[in-house]
Amino acid sequence: MRHIISILMENEAGALSRVAGLFSARGYNIESLTVAPTEDPTLSRMTLVTCGNNEIIEQITKQLHKLIEVVKLADLSEGVHIEREMMLIKLLAKGSHREEVKRLVEIFRGNIIDVTDTSYIVEMTGTCDKLDAFIGAVHEDLILETVRTGPSGIARGTKGLSL
Amino acid sequence: MELSGAEILVQCLKDEGVEHLFGYPGGAVLHIYDELFKQDEVQHILVRHEQGAVHAADGYARATGKPGVALLTSGPGATNGVTGIATAYCDSIPMVVITGQVPTPFIGSDAFQEVDTLGITRPCVKHNFLVKDVRDLAETMKKAFYIATSGRPGPVVIDVPKDVTDPNIKIPHRYPKSIKMRSYNPVKRGHSGQIKKAVELILSAKRPVVYSGGGVVTGDGAAELTDLVREMNLPITSTLMGLGGYPGTGKQFLGMLGMHGTYEANMAMHDCDVLIAIGARFDDRVTGKVKDFCPDAKIIHIDIDPASISKNVRVDIPIVGPVKQVLADMLNVVKARKSRPNREALEQWWSQLQQWRSVNCLKYNANSGRIKPQAAIEMLHKITGGDAIIASDVGQHQMWVAQYYPFDKPQHWLTSGGLGTMGFGLPAAMGAKVACPEKDVVCITGDGSIQMNIQELATCQHFNLPLKVMLLNNGYLGMVRQWQEFFYGSRYSEVTVEAQPDFIKLAQAYGHVGMRVEKPEDLEGALTEMMAMKDRLVFLDVVVDPGENVYPMIMAGKGHHEMQLSPDCELS
Repeated sequence: MRHIISILMENEAGALSRVAGLFSARGYNIESLTVAPTEDPTLSRMTLVTCGNNEIIEQITKQLHKLIEVVKLADLSEGVHIEREMMLIKLLAKGSHREEVKRLVEIFRGNIIDVTDTSYIVEMTGTCDKLDAFIGAVHEDLILETVRTGPSGIARGTKGLSL
Repeated sequence: MELSGAEILVQCLKDEGVEHLFGYPGGAVLHIYDELFKQDEVQHILVRHEQGAVHAADGYARATGKPGVALLTSGPGATNGVTGIATAYCDSIPMVVITGQVPTPFIGSDAFQEVDTLGITRPCVKHNFLVKDVRDLAETMKKAFYIATSGRPGPVVIDVPKDVTDPNIKIPHRYPKSIKMRSYNPVKRGHSGQIKKAVELILSAKRPVVYSGGGVVTGDGAAELTDLVREMNLPITSTLMGLGGYPGTGKQFLGMLGMHGTYEANMAMHDCDVLIAIGARFDDRVTGKVKDFCPDAKIIHIDIDPASISKNVRVDIPIVGPVKQVLADMLNVVKARKSRPNREALEQWWSQLQQWRSVNCLKYNANSGRIKPQAAIEMLHKITGGDAIIASDVGQHQMWVAQYYPFDKPQHWLTSGGLGTMGFGLPAAMGAKVACPEKDVVCITGDGSIQMNIQELATCQHFNLPLKVMLLNNGYLGMVRQWQEFFYGSRYSEVTVEAQPDFIKLAQAYGHVGMRVEKPEDLEGALTEMMAMKDRLVFLDVVVDPGENVYPMIMAGKGHHEMQLSPDCELS
């Protein structure tokens, strides 16, 4: 089962490699991983998507917690939460395709943020499923390049992951 | 007070109460060695190989409970130390390893003797640090000692670039008395509700057994464990690492469990209805086939490390906390309660256990005309009164010590359990002898293992460390030979140690006493003579029966109840 784990950790050099190393050393999957400092520059927040049965997820969270630089973590999948991922996708936009692609972007509530006479760059935010759906809706010959951030997640309501 | 980085580093060691430092100098640590030269509070033991330094610091820690400290140079100094660091990590031994590093401006430039020490050691340390600024040095040292010794202990590496110890850069120095880290707060107490539940369950048990591990030794819980086990009349077995946590000659002790455990211990595991795991981690050498592990038991697991709980085997009542405190609390709960263990059931259980004991699974044929390794160890036990600190290497001899040298006290058994590092024994014994000069320290080793760090005989001569080396010499890499006999049709592939050195001459060349014993009737005399030479390192080459195997044995994929017993003690 897919799990999305949020981690607050010391914003120190090498902290990310400890997390990555833990996953490779113990043979856990990482589907995606995104990390950046928080409003407190001494803390980084990481969102990590992984999969496994309950025993594996329990071990993953315990092992993550054991890392000295990890301050707090939560398995967001245990409660209601919101996930967003951003994608930048470069599409071939020539002739009749220009209008068609623009319409599709509007339907998916994306933004065209760069235009040349033959291409668009589209910025799109949403759940992973929505981004997948957009990719599915565009003819594959039109896709020149895709870059996705991996999801960031946050729990709903006033409760959250903070110190 | 303004100090340089090198001065700060040495001052921090003094403030931490470090008396002994095992190390090997080199370019990146020259400033530190210059400071060491100017003082005499911290004694530096110059080893002959960096692996020896780290194992010695490890042995020092195992024998005392205090953190071992090693100092290595950059590059090959650090990489030579890695096996030692991994050994300590697998057995949760508190240790601080300081490595030199090339100056900060050179990091990443493939400079001379540069390696990514942080990256190389990351998977085998509890934590590691790179100190990039001398102003962070003191606090990092404090954190390192705190992390190494608290919670589940482990090795911590501090990588110190040469410019950070520059004698010309002085900064105000103050060593923090204590340290708080928001990201690291080891559990201080076990949950009282869980403790009560555990006691209830033990009291209701008909066939309880205690399975105690290395956490009891490193967690200083031996006295509490002994009290609780005696108060409740519980049978107890121990892992390799846990030996000495409960007296090995005690009536309630069933011997070691697991792959080479005793018949009674493994049968008790298989048939128990309540298992009390204490400071143990359900290692594969202990559990055998997990599906058949304690099939009828409710399991209580006490451990300082939450990640150890339900990792390999699901448990029913987990208690996360220091074993010492949890066991003391359990005993208090037991004493405060009116109800007692089910005496009738326990008596029945004990009579079953006695029946298993009567199989006498450690019996061996003592009259073969050759020295049996088991007999040599039993004789050493007799001559040392069971009170020596024993360091071992890895292989058959290690299992035989675990089986035939019952340890009555913790911190007397130094062995690489988790990683299984050949070459551990001699340097570990050396560290223990530095820590406990008044104790008898014996390295029991094999003819394979001893040659993996034999250069440390020179260190023992240099620092006058009169430990004893008892080599059980069977001319084979015995454990591998045993597996080849059992599982590979006796095709002995690369396990014959031919062209052995003359160990007597070798010991003498290093300035020690070398002896050899070949006949069973000479064994007692030779061992007595060896132990009587208090001021000399004696290297005793004991020529043993080369074909001897370690029994009992649980073959791969089998359960506790499916042991292979020695041909000398078939079940009647």
